Amino acid sequence: MEFLDTVTLSRLITAMTLIFHIIFATLGVGVPLFISIAEFIGIKKKDKHYELLAKRWARGFVITVAIGVVTGTAIGLQLSLVWPNFMELAGNVIALPLFMEVFAFFFEAIFLGIYLYTWDRFKGKYTHWFLSIPVVIGAGMSAVFITTVNSFMNSPAGFTMVNGEFAAVNPLEAMFNPSSPTRILHVLGGSYVTVAAILATIAAIALLRKKGAAAYHKKALKMTVISIFVFSIFTAVAGDVSAKYLAKHQPEKLAAAEWHFETEENADLILFGWLNEENEPVGEIRLPGFLSFLAHGDFSSEVTGLNETPEDERPPLIIHYFFDLMVSIGLFLLGISFLYLVLSRFKRFNVHNRLMLWMLAASGPLAMLAVEFGWVFAELGRQPWILRGYMTVEEAATSSPYILHMFFLFLALYIVLGTLCVRTLRKLFKDNPVEVELEKHYPELSKGDESA
Amino acid sequence: MSYEIVGITVLWLFLYGYLIVASIDFGAGFYAYFAKVSKQDHITNKLISRYLSPVWEVTNVFLVFFFVGIVGFFPSTAYYFGSALLVPASIAIVLLAIRGSFYAFENYGSKKSNTYMFLYGATGLLIPASLSVALILSEGGFITEEGGVVSLLYKTLFTSPLSWSIVVLAMVAVLYISASFLAYYASRANDQPALQLVRKWALFWSTPTIIMALTTMIALSQHNERHFENMLDLWWIFGLSVGSFLVAAGLLYMGRNYGTAFIAVMLQFFFAFFGYGMAQYPYLLYPYINIEDSVTNPSMAVALIVAFIGGLLLLVPSLILLMRLFLFDADYVKGKK
Repeated sequence: MEFLDTVTLSRLITAMTLIFHIIFATLGVGVPLFISIAEFIGIKKKDKHYELLAKRWARGFVITVAIGVVTGTAIGLQLSLVWPNFMELAGNVIALPLFMEVFAFFFEAIFLGIYLYTWDRFKGKYTHWFLSIPVVIGAGMSAVFITTVNSFMNSPAGFTMVNGEFAAVNPLEAMFNPSSPTRILHVLGGSYVTVAAILATIAAIALLRKKGAAAYHKKALKMTVISIFVFSIFTAVAGDVSAKYLAKHQPEKLAAAEWHFETEENADLILFGWLNEENEPVGEIRLPGFLSFLAHGDFSSEVTGLNETPEDERPPLIIHYFFDLMVSIGLFLLGISFLYLVLSRFKRFNVHNRLMLWMLAASGPLAMLAVEFGWVFAELGRQPWILRGYMTVEEAATSSPYILHMFFLFLALYIVLGTLCVRTLRKLFKDNPVEVELEKHYPELSKGDESA
Repeated sequence: MSYEIVGITVLWLFLYGYLIVASIDFGAGFYAYFAKVSKQDHITNKLISRYLSPVWEVTNVFLVFFFVGIVGFFPSTAYYFGSALLVPASIAIVLLAIRGSFYAFENYGSKKSNTYMFLYGATGLLIPASLSVALILSEGGFITEEGGVVSLLYKTLFTSPLSWSIVVLAMVAVLYISASFLAYYASRANDQPALQLVRKWALFWSTPTIIMALTTMIALSQHNERHFENMLDLWWIFGLSVGSFLVAAGLLYMGRNYGTAFIAVMLQFFFAFFGYGMAQYPYLLYPYINIEDSVTNPSMAVALIVAFIGGLLLLVPSLILLMRLFLFDADYVKGKK
């Protein structure tokens, strides 16, 4: 069975774990920031609504963090279990950021525990808020460090190769390899946009259902939509810089993403479409010269085509769709948040109309899809390499015959975890809706809430 | 000191840290289930859940720290242990995942169900068993390497007296460490009924712990003579371990100074664990991985040690804060906060 060789299975098992983990990792990076912002606004404006927002987000966050921790542990161990040859080689160069990632995670874990269990323990309100800062920093730093590891795999640096072994290793140079800066910015920005969009989705759905506590949800929506706008600009800029990086250092990935075969000047940007039997794009939207602009900031510049890359080193052409979908969703998020902010300036216009709310409700799931698409694009785009230019995935994978069993073991685990997570979150918030909680803890607010 | 000695000492310290904090956690899970089945849960549950809630995530990090660190300092461990441990370590991951996530689901989601309590208790004993396979492998004789393919000899593993001794030792030690900590915690909370119960558990599990330690020594003498001989040369370390055991058991028996008793338990395992590790020197995996040959390049070793010191400067104050807020805050322990 050619399809089920150990290499393919190793790839599938890692892909499955990561696709599942990324959902919770993204939440883990982003949610603490918004909890912290909400609590700060709540204290500053003496607005109990924001305080409750922070509390309720934190409560849901605990559930997702638990899954993030356990799937993160899984991928950490799987690196050595599924790719032992890779870790033996690369461990010499990338151990430092991996190690530092664990430190950041440790730091975050300690303060998250303290933060969650000390809501009413301190006299000064800012003392408790202050505890959220190390959580935000820890979460961000783990994303930074782990992204440098992945960047190293895309653009290895900081060593020389002598007889198949690494020599003259410079750990810092390996960590801050050429692709690290742009990828770190894109990952952080993307995580913050996505989490803002997910929190906006929650508020939009609540408003659509008209269950009450409208003032509370409107505040949540405004705060998160502003964040979507700010961070999606940030992410788009980082994405653009990433594309320019690819054009320069990893041209085969950009060429495969854009189905750009012949090296040419004034290259067209191809949106969607499909390939016919001669590998020519059909049914596509063509933006003349825009690929050159994307790659080098100049419409007439030359863009390297895929034909320059040896055939057995080319990434799969399917990554075109992932790239296009990621970019489209990113532009949608930017557009919808901009529209909301502009329209909310007009007092006579009801910005909370159903169409707007529906679009905002869609933005969370779409943003999470964009994160997944982006990662699939980035990872498939460096095939067949695990260490670009140095080691292929075939040389890196385990040879254990039990990998198929492990695939199903983990598949079962993720199905169980995913189901339980959704059920627990639903139950947690359904059994204790905002209205009830507002009335119980802040009776002064629930009166006249509907009018606001 | 050379890099590899610093590296392995640091890692061994973290593994020891994991052994203590994880034992408390895993044992508590087992006791929570046991108390429920034997209808004593009204006495202990508050005690157990109050301790566990803020620290479960931190416990997990100790383990991640160890396996990331060992691959960093000694990359060839990834090749040998990674290849051989695919199945046992994957099972351990699944058990850890069940435990870690179910903990949050149950605590914040719904009421305590019996199935969950059972899983929580069972994983508490199965995780130490599956993790100890790594320790068993390091004694050598359980894996082969042919044509670049490393495989685990399951039959040898499952029929070896040494592997069973280590597995059982891991399980009883978990129960012993956990009960002696809970006794200390109950005495801090001044919760007499719970204290009397967990004190009984601690005393009960002290005997099998020491018996299994001896059994493991005997099995080791037959399996890996080199390691055993080295341990005999370090007899004084194991003497200190036995001495600490006697102090702990004595204090528990007399029913006083539970704090000192728990420190003695920690020392008992500290000496035994370090003696065991030192006697294995210079091997990490007999006879494939020699510490000196497998250490990473010097620049990475220095970077890791610097990162480690920096990390500790950050972690130690935070850990102290965590402990002061939860473990050693008398009012919190008593349930007033």
